[in-house]
Amino acid sequence: MNLSAGIAFQILQSVFVVLAAPLLMGWINQCRAWLQNRSAPSLLLPYYTLIKLFHKDAVIARNASPLFRITPYVLFGCMWLAAGIIPVLATDLPFAPAADIIALVAVFALARVFSALAAMDIGTAFGGLGARREMLIGFLAEPAMLMALFTAAFICGSTQLTTIVDTLAHRQFAIYPGLAFAAVAFLMVLLAENARIPIDNPTTHLELTMVHEAMILEYSARHLALIEWAVAIKLFAYMTLGLALFVPWGIASAGDWNELPLALAALTAKLALAGAGLALIETVFAKLRLFLAPEFLSTAFLLGVLGMLTHFLVQA
Amino acid sequence: MPLASQFINLLAALLLLIAFAMLSQRRVLTLIKLFAWQGATLATSIVIVAWSTGQPHLYYSATLTVLLKVILIPWILHRLINRLNIRWDVETLINIPTTMLVGIGLVIFAFALATPISQTANAITRSTLGIALASVLLSFLMMIVRRKAIPQVIGFLSMENGLFFAATSATYGMPLVVELGIALDVLVGTFIFGIFFFHIREQFDSLDIRHMEKLKED
Repeated sequence: MNLSAGIAFQILQSVFVVLAAPLLMGWINQCRAWLQNRSAPSLLLPYYTLIKLFHKDAVIARNASPLFRITPYVLFGCMWLAAGIIPVLATDLPFAPAADIIALVAVFALARVFSALAAMDIGTAFGGLGARREMLIGFLAEPAMLMALFTAAFICGSTQLTTIVDTLAHRQFAIYPGLAFAAVAFLMVLLAENARIPIDNPTTHLELTMVHEAMILEYSARHLALIEWAVAIKLFAYMTLGLALFVPWGIASAGDWNELPLALAALTAKLALAGAGLALIETVFAKLRLFLAPEFLSTAFLLGVLGMLTHFLVQA
Repeated sequence: MPLASQFINLLAALLLLIAFAMLSQRRVLTLIKLFAWQGATLATSIVIVAWSTGQPHLYYSATLTVLLKVILIPWILHRLINRLNIRWDVETLINIPTTMLVGIGLVIFAFALATPISQTANAITRSTLGIALASVLLSFLMMIVRRKAIPQVIGFLSMENGLFFAATSATYGMPLVVELGIALDVLVGTFIFGIFFFHIREQFDSLDIRHMEKLKED
């Protein structure tokens, strides 16, 4: 692999993720509207919302500290960084050795800490409430996420995402019960971390039940746009991470321009399916009470641990 | 690894998952459904072992498992809870996340215990011995943490499932006479438990087995 082609791939992937993330959001909203028998909004609605928000004037509370102002940029930066690390279109990107799966989880944690701090910064009741709930969910979701990722790491003998995805994509056909457990655990963490339905309702207007929405109530205009965009990128990053780990077929290796159209087509098809699946989950399930969230996430942790243990036993 | 062995591993993992699902289940009806699924998974894995190793007597024990544990016993239990009119949630002694963490500890213990044994074995199913042991221990745990009589009996029956799976994975199954004997025992056991339930309820107006401690003072 020559370096310049690799860097071109890296830039292409990063820009692609940032530009395509709102489209995925639009697709999920459209699927959900169809499933709920409503007429669907435009696929491009998230883009229009972003443009609208960027053209507005920002209103910031008088007692807001600089932390409140920089948080949207930190969030956006963290998610963009994550999008550069995860092998979305190609493995072996030049940027990939910068961080392994543990560092990736840490990047997501950094974003969470900043958004919680910013939510408490203004001192409104709902901000503090949302921040506390978010930290509760985050601290339960993180070990489950790590366990699910470690199962894949043990199967491939490395915590480097590139190596894991390479090994899994080019292996012989074999059934890994451990990986199946890890996939279910990862799905549960994805729902919890992205404020989707069993844990949090992304479309709610009722402040008392909000988790993520309660934290960003005070934001407006360009700050809100950046946060919404970061949320879209986060969902995109989580979904592509899941796809790369558990259904990695069709991914290209960096610098190989011939594989790119196939990788792009495979990714689009997989994301379309995954988005429809997410909409289905959000239609079929009801939101859990907040006090049942620990049970949901401890089940995810349990599945992650079971996956790892089963892998050890079956390989022994 | 041959494909049959991979399938058996997958089914074993499924058994373990069902054992945990039973441990975390709050409703009696779902518990019975899960028990039937456990029997079905067990029967499938026995059929695969029988097919891949060419042991015809295992087909009989698979048929026996389906008849008894997927159809007959769940049906008896359904009738029982209809007659006793109990459909409410199951009470547990300790909360469910804690139970599951204890369960993970048990699984680690069982796996550590089984690994040296399976390394000396050369059966196609050797790696599943740990899972069989784990599901026996998890059923034990379920019998300990449940307060009502019916979930305890389901725990007992699923423990028998785990033992059956252990027998298949360690030695390709017991002789048919032994299996028939065990099957009969389980069936008779279920009937006797059913009669016990009625007596317990008649005596205490409840199926909560804490009341039985009062018997000591008489």
